[in-house]
Amino acid sequence: MKRSYLSGPYLVWAAAFILLPLAMVIYYGCTDESGHFTLANIAAMKDWVHYRAFTSSLILAFLATLICLLIAYPLAWFLSQHFRNSSSFVVMLFILPMWINFLLRVLALQVILSKSGMLNALLRFLGFPALRLMYTKAAILIGMVYDYIPFMILPIYNALTKIDESVVEAAMDLGADKKTVFRRIIFPLSLPGVISGIIMVFIPNISEFAVADILGGSKILLFGNVIEQEFNVSSNWNLGSGLSVVLMLFVFASMAIMNRKDSKEEGGGVPLW
Amino acid sequence: MKRTGMILLAVFAAVCICSCTSSEKQNNEKSLIVFNYGDYIDRDVLEQFEEETGIKVEYEEYITPEDMYTKYKSGVISYDVICTSDYMIEKMIKEGEVKALDWDKMKYGDNLDPVYMDFCGHFDPGNRHASPYMFGTVGILYNTDEVEEEVKSWGILWDQKYKKDIIMENSMRDAFLVPLKWEGHSLNTKDHKILKKAQQLLINQKPLVAAYLVDESRDTMIAGDASLAVVYSGDATEAMEASDNLDYAVPEEGTNIWFDCWFIPESSKHADEARQFIDFMNREDIASRNFNYIWYGTPNKAVYDSLDEETRQDPTIFPNEEVLKRCEVYTYLGEETERYYSRLWKELKAY
Repeated sequence: MKRSYLSGPYLVWAAAFILLPLAMVIYYGCTDESGHFTLANIAAMKDWVHYRAFTSSLILAFLATLICLLIAYPLAWFLSQHFRNSSSFVVMLFILPMWINFLLRVLALQVILSKSGMLNALLRFLGFPALRLMYTKAAILIGMVYDYIPFMILPIYNALTKIDESVVEAAMDLGADKKTVFRRIIFPLSLPGVISGIIMVFIPNISEFAVADILGGSKILLFGNVIEQEFNVSSNWNLGSGLSVVLMLFVFASMAIMNRKDSKEEGGGVPLW
Repeated sequence: MKRTGMILLAVFAAVCICSCTSSEKQNNEKSLIVFNYGDYIDRDVLEQFEEETGIKVEYEEYITPEDMYTKYKSGVISYDVICTSDYMIEKMIKEGEVKALDWDKMKYGDNLDPVYMDFCGHFDPGNRHASPYMFGTVGILYNTDEVEEEVKSWGILWDQKYKKDIIMENSMRDAFLVPLKWEGHSLNTKDHKILKKAQQLLINQKPLVAAYLVDESRDTMIAGDASLAVVYSGDATEAMEASDNLDYAVPEEGTNIWFDCWFIPESSKHADEARQFIDFMNREDIASRNFNYIWYGTPNKAVYDSLDEETRQDPTIFPNEEVLKRCEVYTYLGEETERYYSRLWKELKAY
């Protein structure tokens, strides 16, 4: 209690950069240009442009999460079997990309995926036809997966390494084969990690716009792009804020659903980070 | 606790001292705060100005006109001279943020070509506020290995041959000017029917477009990742320097011509010195040095006349007279039309 002043700087930070902006977004979102209360900016979701962009965002975020999960789970499993110490070099290798600014990584992808890029040079060298990956939905998806996959690997890996060996041994003593052990013991115990990974990948990807701009060539309109444009191009802060509010509500709702599932599972208290 | 308090006090004191010294500087006589785009002047010129006049120049740079506007409006620094683009100047004139220029007290105003002054008159009626510095066009940068025909019309951007090899400008008005000019309309039209038709053309074109880019289009063209790109002439000059198989053309239907001009904002506390600075920029030897540094079109007739024939005929720098007649500057369309534009643009992107 005596040391509560230590949280002072954070409280100031939170007030200035989280609470105040949040209040402003809600204020702008619920008013029109002259400052009168209106729900029109939120109802603007019905507009086909916004609706469509939102659906595209949802689909891409969902696919990115799914691909991340499919790649990350086996990898995390492998790592947890062979490298139980999370400070080991190999585990480090998979976390390392997180240390580099994510925009830089997207720009690097641009160099790899472009028409005259490294991937096509390699394909040509091997005698395959060149691919037109740059500026497509596939490129955006690759960018999203590449950017967020460490956020999926780490929590699953942590959850898996925290599983008590004796639980697995007990199951085997009782006659469970490897498949059953995985299905009944390991997978359920790793679920908190999976859910945490899904949240960490899905949520930021719904509001993604920079990747779509750079790797999608601004041809594919995602919900994040719509919001960005309302602020930067149309200077309609009210509509931009209204749509942000919709997005926030959606994020909160999906977090609530995920967290309920999370706490239902046993061992939900495993620290994942 | 004590220590934290001391540190905070020290920081506070430092901030105070800094702000005091900077405000002192601003009150100092014979100094100017100049605000310009990044890397958009020959720096030696500033030194020469200081030497000749004894006026100290504090030079600051920005990236986009919107950045400039936000910084200016915050009122922290009282800028004396600003260089920015036509539409932003028009907006600031309408807001009463620009001081009138006293041309009578300026020696080198006559160096400016009346042809270009007329263009500037569209966003600065009567040329009362702005002194043009550089100009350029919007045109097509193309790869001569891929495009063998002559690039004469905007229509080439609808040619199936170049599917997925076309780059369009990722900014609203620069994108719409292409179908508008192709169809022979003014790029400042407010007619909803014409704009809707232009949008339809852009929607038809979208499957052929590789990407909508702004600054990256130059590098993409240099890398050979696309065959045709709509770009500013300034970007074209740089791209052509970097790669031999690139060329630039301004379509015959005409295009947008843009101007960057000097002006004195209302915030200026040294209007006389500011006017002296702008006049200095119009002096032949100075304008010539800036032209040789930037290689954008110069509205300075004295400089133009001294150039060799080849440079004068270079269409990336100076559009020919016939095309120039069909060029227009952007003017502010008013809130209603801007809104309609944004809507059409958003729809195009969502398709």
